[in-house]
Amino acid sequence: MSQEPTKPKLKLAIYWGAACGGCCVSVLDTHEKLLDIVAAADLVFWPIAMDIKYKDVENMPDKSIDLTLFNGAVRNSENKHMAQVLRQKSKILVAYGSCAYMGGIPGLANFFSKNDIFKRAYEETESTFNPEKTYPVTSTSVKEGTLEIPVMFNDVFPLDQIVDVDYYIPGCPPQSERLIEVFSAIVTGIGLPPAGSVVGANDKTNCDECKRKKSDKKQVRKFYRPWEIQDDKETCFIEQGVICMGPATRSGCGVRCVEGNSPCRGCYGPPPGATDPGAKMMAAIGTMINSNDPDEIDNIIETIVDPAGLFYRFSLPGSILGRKVI
Amino acid sequence: MNFRPTIVAFLCNWCAYTGADLAGTSRLHYAPNVRIIRIMCSGRIEPTFILKAFKEGADGILICGCHPGDCHYQEGNYKCLRRFKLLEKFVSQMGIEKERLKLEWISASEGKQFAELVNEMTKTILQLGPGKVKKTLEFEHLKTK
Repeated sequence: MSQEPTKPKLKLAIYWGAACGGCCVSVLDTHEKLLDIVAAADLVFWPIAMDIKYKDVENMPDKSIDLTLFNGAVRNSENKHMAQVLRQKSKILVAYGSCAYMGGIPGLANFFSKNDIFKRAYEETESTFNPEKTYPVTSTSVKEGTLEIPVMFNDVFPLDQIVDVDYYIPGCPPQSERLIEVFSAIVTGIGLPPAGSVVGANDKTNCDECKRKKSDKKQVRKFYRPWEIQDDKETCFIEQGVICMGPATRSGCGVRCVEGNSPCRGCYGPPPGATDPGAKMMAAIGTMINSNDPDEIDNIIETIVDPAGLFYRFSLPGSILGRKVI
Repeated sequence: MNFRPTIVAFLCNWCAYTGADLAGTSRLHYAPNVRIIRIMCSGRIEPTFILKAFKEGADGILICGCHPGDCHYQEGNYKCLRRFKLLEKFVSQMGIEKERLKLEWISASEGKQFAELVNEMTKTILQLGPGKVKKTLEFEHLKTK
């Protein structure tokens, strides 16, 4: 390492909104490369690994954090507040992972309303015993004072609907190798695309990079769920009648799911030029059904059990409709 | 306030649009609620168009193409039919009434049928009331642009 004592280290923050923690683990999955990251940057805020209070972040000067990786969707008032704080304190704010990018798995909650979810969770589940119908409240008075917890919103939002975002790194979680590429681009300032771009991914669809055998005759007479069929391990999943999100998904992950003999689920979001992965998938599937008879088409489509959930597994809040109409 | 439905109609250039044109040149009276968008073939319709139209506030969407077997491009209308069937299932999952989305075949000579179709669809949408997509998407937490 050359000695450049005058060059200050970058300040790096990593935060989670409505997330599972997998994105933070993907940062740890850089293994020994994490040491290079720490050599180039000081971690100033990372709730999963460090004990720093929100107040400390709020007291930082504006634009004092060079790079913030925000993972997770915005689901409650706490997520929203921290998104706003981190936007103010960061030079570059990255929506890291599918949830921050398009809503991700927590975004599936947009098929329901907050009331539906509370009713199910606090009254109806098989393991719930709540005869008094006690629901959580956001503010409780106890003798020591008032306790407050964040307010859950009716909807799940991707990060860019709440604050401006500089870059998006898709993936559930993003591939750690791609994070290192992006991180070195940010450190060196070389090869960084214009703000608003999706980085750490390629500009094609997963089908373009998939090694499975494909032919022109995509003629599906019945759709199968993956467990209903014996995969031959070499033919395109869709040609076998298993729905694979490859045609509507940006490449960059290395087609890892298909390499592992599992159909693509679409976590890298829509390819360039498409805004809505589900709409693109419906367009693709529509052309692959082998029938011209309305009733027969109905029967074939009947075999797709849950098109909305399947096509928008990682992207409902960021899609055109955004949520179920209520 | 009187509800006046907005129906977006995607008509294929070769049959349906010519049919609608015939309705006009024959001076047929029909409901003024339809906003026609001409496309080259019903097979050109992407689900994105439909979803976007709903998002922008369409109360109903009408797609018209050539009768089966009559497509100017051999089988564009069949492609449209398959996408439509899938889309129909999808929109009802999303809480949009199926009746708001309609696919019909109109030939170049069926001006009268087109006028009747528009009248009938306008009546259906009037009964259903205004579409709720636009209102649903008026979230309170969004950033201000």
